[in-house]
Amino acid sequence: MKNNKSLYNKKKSISDMLLKFLIYLSTTITISIFLSIIIYILYNGIPYLSLKFISTAYSEIDSSLKGILPMLINTMYIVIITLLFAVPIGIASAIYLTQYAKQGKLVKSIRFTTEILSGIPSVIFGLFGYTIFCVILGLGTSILSGCLTMMLCVLPTIIRTSEEALLSVPKSYKEGAIALGAGKLRVVLEIIVPSAISGIITSIILAIGRIVGESAALLYTSGMAYNMPKGMFSHIFSSGRTLTLHLYQTAKQANTPDSFSQAFATATILLILVFILNVIASTISKIVKKY
Amino acid sequence: MSFKVDIQNLNLYYGDFHALKDINIKIRKNSVTAFIGPSGCGKSTCLKSINRMNDLVPNCKIKGKILIDNQNIYDSRTNLNLLRKRAGMVFQRPNPFPMSIYDNIAYGPRIHKIKNKKILDEIVEKSLRSVYLWDEVKDRLNKSALGISGGQQQRLCIARALAVEPQIILMDEPTSALDPLSTIKIEDLVEMLKVNYTVIIVTHNMQQAARISDTTAFFLSGNIVEYANTSKIFNNPTDKRTEDYITGRFG
Repeated sequence: MKNNKSLYNKKKSISDMLLKFLIYLSTTITISIFLSIIIYILYNGIPYLSLKFISTAYSEIDSSLKGILPMLINTMYIVIITLLFAVPIGIASAIYLTQYAKQGKLVKSIRFTTEILSGIPSVIFGLFGYTIFCVILGLGTSILSGCLTMMLCVLPTIIRTSEEALLSVPKSYKEGAIALGAGKLRVVLEIIVPSAISGIITSIILAIGRIVGESAALLYTSGMAYNMPKGMFSHIFSSGRTLTLHLYQTAKQANTPDSFSQAFATATILLILVFILNVIASTISKIVKKY
Repeated sequence: MSFKVDIQNLNLYYGDFHALKDINIKIRKNSVTAFIGPSGCGKSTCLKSINRMNDLVPNCKIKGKILIDNQNIYDSRTNLNLLRKRAGMVFQRPNPFPMSIYDNIAYGPRIHKIKNKKILDEIVEKSLRSVYLWDEVKDRLNKSALGISGGQQQRLCIARALAVEPQIILMDEPTSALDPLSTIKIEDLVEMLKVNYTVIIVTHNMQQAARISDTTAFFLSGNIVEYANTSKIFNNPTDKRTEDYITGRFG
């Protein structure tokens, strides 16, 4: 045997090293941008945070009243009510489209349309919602109009993501259940949906993120009122600004360092809220999906 | 002699493709029948016609009759859920549901309206014992069925099929995804099963067909070339093509 060179001859190729460097670089850039945003907001917002800030009302005239409780409540109203509308409709549509509808041109065009809808700028949804819900249906500028508009905004996301989750359930589960004599509805509700549940919950998490972060579509529809809610149900029909809109408004009107701090504090609360909602959703997902 | 399954002039089309051509075969009660043949010969298709799983395939057209206990299952009055309860199926790849071992077995009985916890417990134990899986899993009945080995999963799927008290068990290459040891366990099991059930098994493995079946049907491009006692097929086939296939000249 010739050519019995030592095996200890590991060389590093330059292209490998370059590629590795680029990968590390991109990761560092992404993470540092993300972290610097968070740190910047927290740094400016946390000093202004207090129990009083999240538990008192707001007034544009009275400088002693600069809390965000009404906005926090409005945001929760909009998130919860929108989900109450959008989640059942969205999931039921996804189930129908994947399990019942004949997979032909119609379903394909519906799928294509939902994809386009999920990419439409939310201002357009806002304009549409304003015309239909506020004016034609006579709901006025109200939380309910905002919720209905947001429902339109998030439905495509919920449908598309749930559809993907339902389609990724192995066909063998379905066959196994049918071969035991299970009816269609049982197969769908007891086998397919539970197997897809984590993807379905992901769609809800995405929807929550979209609702909390939305401003343009709500500007027209749920309005900018900041008064404290008067009644639990009547509040649905009154106007109310969300945290995001409040942030927009306070930042726009800020003329003193103090009012900028308010905006940052609101942003901090917004971040915390999104974080908490995500933790809740993923906890639910873990509880539901045991196996 | 009583026939459990009687297939008469069965023709099956996938779109334009004529997958089964004039199949006629009578299968005895409490016997093991093997369907053998090269890939794409129609043996699995024929098996799936017996519990109408082919209904799930779009563009699948079926002509002819399949009688189970003298009732044509392609009659429009057939209750498919009851048919599939009577003719259970085990698939090529183990396909336990993503649930606990217990719930996998109890799923079928629950569909068929058994709710009593005590009865369900008994069914689960009995079904798992009959596939010799009880001792291996009795301490983790509430753990995920996806966490046991492939061979155990396949026996679990057989137990799941047995739990709804079928009379016929259709097996579609049940050991092709398993290791030799698990294969032997399943083969032993099949021989035990014929005491109470009519078993039809599709297999690629000719030794397996020779070992466990009473009768064998040899399929070739959608036709049954020969159907006879297994010993006759393997020792003294009538048709030249059968002989060529079992001696390994093609396939």
